[in-house]
Amino acid sequence: MSQRVAIVGVGYTSFRPSSPEVSFREMIFEAAVSAYQDAGIEPGQVDTFVSVSEDYLEGTAIADEYVPDQLGAVLKPVHTITSDGITALGAILMQLRTGEFDIAVVEGRSKASNVLYPAYVEAMALDPVSVRPLDFHPRFVAGMEMRAFLASSGNTAEQTSAVVVKNRGNAQRNPMAAYGCSFSVDDVTSSKLVADPLREDQSASTADGSIVMVLATEQAAARMKGNPVYIKGIGWGQETPNLEERDWGRAGYAEDAASRAYKMAGIVEPASEIHLAEVDDTFAYKELQHLEALGLAAHGRSGAMLEAGEFSFDGRLPVNVSGGSLGCGYTHDLSGLRSVLEIVLQLRGEARWRQLDNVKLGLAQSWRGVPTATGGVAILEAA
Amino acid sequence: MTDQALTQGEVFTTRWRGKMEYEWDTGAAVGRFMAGLKDGEILGLRCLQCKRTVIPPRAFCELCYVPMDRWTKLQDTGVINTFSVSFVNWDATRRETPEVPAVIEIDGASPGVGILHVLGEVGEDLETVVSRVAIGKRVEAVWKPAEEREGSITDIRYFKLID
Repeated sequence: MSQRVAIVGVGYTSFRPSSPEVSFREMIFEAAVSAYQDAGIEPGQVDTFVSVSEDYLEGTAIADEYVPDQLGAVLKPVHTITSDGITALGAILMQLRTGEFDIAVVEGRSKASNVLYPAYVEAMALDPVSVRPLDFHPRFVAGMEMRAFLASSGNTAEQTSAVVVKNRGNAQRNPMAAYGCSFSVDDVTSSKLVADPLREDQSASTADGSIVMVLATEQAAARMKGNPVYIKGIGWGQETPNLEERDWGRAGYAEDAASRAYKMAGIVEPASEIHLAEVDDTFAYKELQHLEALGLAAHGRSGAMLEAGEFSFDGRLPVNVSGGSLGCGYTHDLSGLRSVLEIVLQLRGEARWRQLDNVKLGLAQSWRGVPTATGGVAILEAA
Repeated sequence: MTDQALTQGEVFTTRWRGKMEYEWDTGAAVGRFMAGLKDGEILGLRCLQCKRTVIPPRAFCELCYVPMDRWTKLQDTGVINTFSVSFVNWDATRRETPEVPAVIEIDGASPGVGILHVLGEVGEDLETVVSRVAIGKRVEAVWKPAEEREGSITDIRYFKLID
C-alpha cells in the first residue's frame, strides 16, 4: 500500500484586481517564503516541483523556465501542469507515491491583470475550424450552458443570483478576497446581460495572486513541525471538447472526477460525510451545477437548498466560505488551488473570522473555465 | 501536395487572427532597473550572503534564497561574453546587413553576469564583424538622448567597441 500524502505547508498572497507593485516572480517568492516557513523547511529540502500555468495567460511560452528561481528550485526537477491546480496536486501525489521523493512543492499564480484581451485567450480554446470562424465572443458558451442547466434541473436564475449574494457576502470575512460586498438578489439580477441568461454580476471578475504548497509523504510529514492535512481522495476528468455534442445541462467532468475521488477516499454518501466544500463558481450557475454533479445536492434541488441556507456560512454544509471565485476573484488555473487552500486553513482551524466549527473532511473542486469540460476534485482530511 | 492545391482552394484551411497582447508588471526590482535606465544608469543588486552583484536585478537571490535590496550603480561598460551575427528577418528573408546580439558582462557585476543587448558600429558584413568582434573584447553603452529615454532596455541604443 502506497504512502498517504499530506499538504504540510501553505503560503499565499492576497488576491487583488491588479498587482503592479510586484512582478509574477516577486509574487511567487512572497507565497513560497511563507509556505516554507509554514512547513518549517528550507527549499533545499524539496525534491520535486510542479508549476501550474497556461502559456497563453502568461504571455510567455514554456513559462516554467522562469519559475525555479523564485521557488528555490535552481537545478532541481520542475515541470508544468497545463491544467488546474487540483490536477497538479494529483501529479504531485503520484510522484510522491513512487517512493522516489519525500517532499514536493506546487506553485500557481495569476497575473490576469496583465492579459489585455482575455476573451481572445478564451477564444483560442475554441475549435479553430468549426467554431472560431463564427466569431462569437466566447462567453456565449456560459450562456448556453446556464440556459441548459436551468432548463434541465428546474433551478432558477434568481437562485443563481443568490449564489453571488452568498459568496461575495462570505468574502467579507476573508482578508485575502478581492470582491467582498453586501448586496441583494435584485442587485445581481438587474446587472447587465452578458450572454442571456448570464448576467455580469453572475460572472467572477479576475484577480492576481499566488499560492505555493509544500507536500510530503506521511513519513516525511511526521518529521516536520507542520500541521498536515491529508489528501484522502483525488480525481480529474474531462468530457468532449465538441460544443456540438455536449450534454450541456450536466457537469459530467465533475461527476466523473468526484466518483474517482470518492472511491479513493472511501466516501459513500458525500452529502452527509463531507463537512465543507469549495466548489468552482466562475459563473454563479456553476456552483449549483457542480453541487449537483458532486452529489452534495440532489438533482434539481441545489437552488432550493441554497435558499434554505444549507450552504451558508452557518448552514449544514457551508459552500465557498472563502467567497469562492465570485468573492476572491477568478484566478484561472490557480482557482482550484485556492479552493484547496481554504479547505486546508479550515481543517487546521486557521481560518480566523470565517472559521467553521468541527470540520474534519472537506472537498475542493475545480473547473478550467470556458469552453472546457474539464476539472478536478480533491478530498482533504484533517490529521 | 502542390502549391496550387493550397492556393486554388482544392484543400481547405481556416484562418483566425487573435489579439494576444500583454502588459507585464515589471515589479520592484526590474522596475527600479528600468527607472535607472531612464536616468542613464545601469543598476544592479548585491546579495549580502553570496556577495554576488546581479543584473538584471531581481528581488531575491535565487541561489541563497534571501531577499536582495543592496542597490549598486554599475558601469556602462563591459566585456563581450558571447555573440552571434544574425542574418534572418522575422519573415525568414535574408538581411542585407546583419544584426549582432551579444551578452555583455557589465563592469561592477559579478563575473559571468550580464545583460543581453546588441552591438553597433561593428561592420556591415560578416567578415568585418568577425574580424573586429571577439569574446572578451571591451564595449561601452551608447545611450539614447535623455529626452528620448522611456525606462526600457532599448534606452541603450547599442554597445560599441572600446578602441
